[in-house]
Amino acid sequence: MTAQRFFPFALIMLFALSLANLLFGAVSLSLHDIWQGLFVGSEQHFTVYEYRLPRLFLAILVGAGLALSGALVQGVIRNPLASPDVLGVSHGAGLAAVFYMTYFNGASTEWLPEVALSGGLCAALILWYLCGAHSSAIKLAITGVALAAFWASCIDFLMLTKPLEINNALLWLTGSLWGRSWPQLQALLPWFVLVPFALGLSKYLNVLDLGDDSANSLGVSPQSVRLLSLAIAVALTAACVSVCGPIGFLGLVAPHLTRKLVGGRHQSLLPATMLTGACLLLAADLAARTLAPPIELPAGILTAIIGAPYFLWLLLRMK
Amino acid sequence: MSLSAHQLSVGYHGHTIVKKMDLTLPDGRFIALLGPNGCGKSTLLKCFARILPAMSGEVNWQGQNLHHYPSKQLAKALALLPQTQPIPEGIKVKDLVAYGRSPYTGFWGKLSTQDHQIVEQMMQQTGTYELRDQLVSELSGGQRQRVWLAMVLAQDTPYLLLDEPTTYMDINHQVELMHQLQALNKQGKTIITVLHDINQAARYCDHLVVMKAGELKYQGSPEEVLTSAMLKDVFSLSAQIHQDPVSGTPMCVVED
Repeated sequence: MTAQRFFPFALIMLFALSLANLLFGAVSLSLHDIWQGLFVGSEQHFTVYEYRLPRLFLAILVGAGLALSGALVQGVIRNPLASPDVLGVSHGAGLAAVFYMTYFNGASTEWLPEVALSGGLCAALILWYLCGAHSSAIKLAITGVALAAFWASCIDFLMLTKPLEINNALLWLTGSLWGRSWPQLQALLPWFVLVPFALGLSKYLNVLDLGDDSANSLGVSPQSVRLLSLAIAVALTAACVSVCGPIGFLGLVAPHLTRKLVGGRHQSLLPATMLTGACLLLAADLAARTLAPPIELPAGILTAIIGAPYFLWLLLRMK
Repeated sequence: MSLSAHQLSVGYHGHTIVKKMDLTLPDGRFIALLGPNGCGKSTLLKCFARILPAMSGEVNWQGQNLHHYPSKQLAKALALLPQTQPIPEGIKVKDLVAYGRSPYTGFWGKLSTQDHQIVEQMMQQTGTYELRDQLVSELSGGQRQRVWLAMVLAQDTPYLLLDEPTTYMDINHQVELMHQLQALNKQGKTIITVLHDINQAARYCDHLVVMKAGELKYQGSPEEVLTSAMLKDVFSLSAQIHQDPVSGTPMCVVED
């Protein structure tokens, strides 16, 4: 598939999935119900306007944000198996959230996103401090994976020593769009001013694919491109994770799948991967809400069910 | 105009490899940097390509310190073909060659009509035009090397630096590359390449620079430089010098 054919196709998919997300759920609605539900006073106003619509927008933003972060990280680390998870950002955010839930039990969960966000950013700062600005991509990835494992073991330690709060923590750690509405959307939206900056790095990320020496010779400083791309990826991931919890594998699968479809030129890859990510999370959330109603599965589990085998297949295919 | 080093020291991690070198590389020539492993020839090339900074001294170009030029301006003057190249995923040949135009394109990297013409011309010149819609990752080693050459040629620079370009190539591809470089040199490009094979250098290049332990030992035409005394001094090798029956250039034959 070429980029010219991908974009119309992906936009139609996005529209169809959005509509399906509004129509289906614990109760199925008609198109007429949805139209009515947009206005105050109608019978379905709560379901449509307060529940499904904000959640739809959130799924699109979080999916696009995590996928874009993944594409940036893969572009910088130059390895298709890289994703924002290898930077330890999601795990850092998770640790901060679990720490907050276990030690400030009475505290309001209203601050949870801010706590998780700072956790994710701190994890990235620690990684940056340990590696330094001029480190190679592979050193960054290996240190990041080691740090992520460390954060994960801290989470386990907290959950095992404070078993009373384990349920809340588990709920958050699986990543879900359940119960999220307009306030979360409002908190997330400002971070997307970073998207144009990320797209502006396309040309430089292309050159980075040629290796550091060639990039230098083409007048591009690999260190600056790496630092800017990772900073944007970290901020977007931390913002998304702080709202929805860690949604596994999306940042790995979406860019990888998109690269297969539209190629590796970042001018096409970055916008295309955002569409793929949005579609994947919409599909995952739709499945999460409709597989066993009225019980809701966390979307993070569904992305992991699709993502983990994909990851394994990737690993086995690599020579 | 020409590239020159003045009291130049270069190295890694505080360890000096090239020591206080004075060297002028004449313009418009096909220059080979020679010497035993670890003599600093690649390190020197990397400093000319501004991948490594000078520890002391400077590289001079057009009367100014090379490392003080804006990097985008230098990218239009000096191109480098590194020794090993990564294999980018999902990139077509024509895309990779077009990346060589990035010093000339704007913010979004969109190619002008002229850029397209140059990209096409360089693919034709390197015999990669027929491969243009294939993925770089699916090419053979020899094809890939030609695509990379097309990419650095698309950079359209008066200087071309190459780091041991023939090391991992089959002999037929080596000969093909040296012929191509000779042709480019005839078109007016200054070519500076690190080479391992002394006979190859003497046959195709017209200016040899021989280094040992970070210092400049000999430079000049192949006839001046390739002597038994030089081989004894730099490589501790007893060898006879004969005339190449095909090209008439000097070649060395090692004694027992």
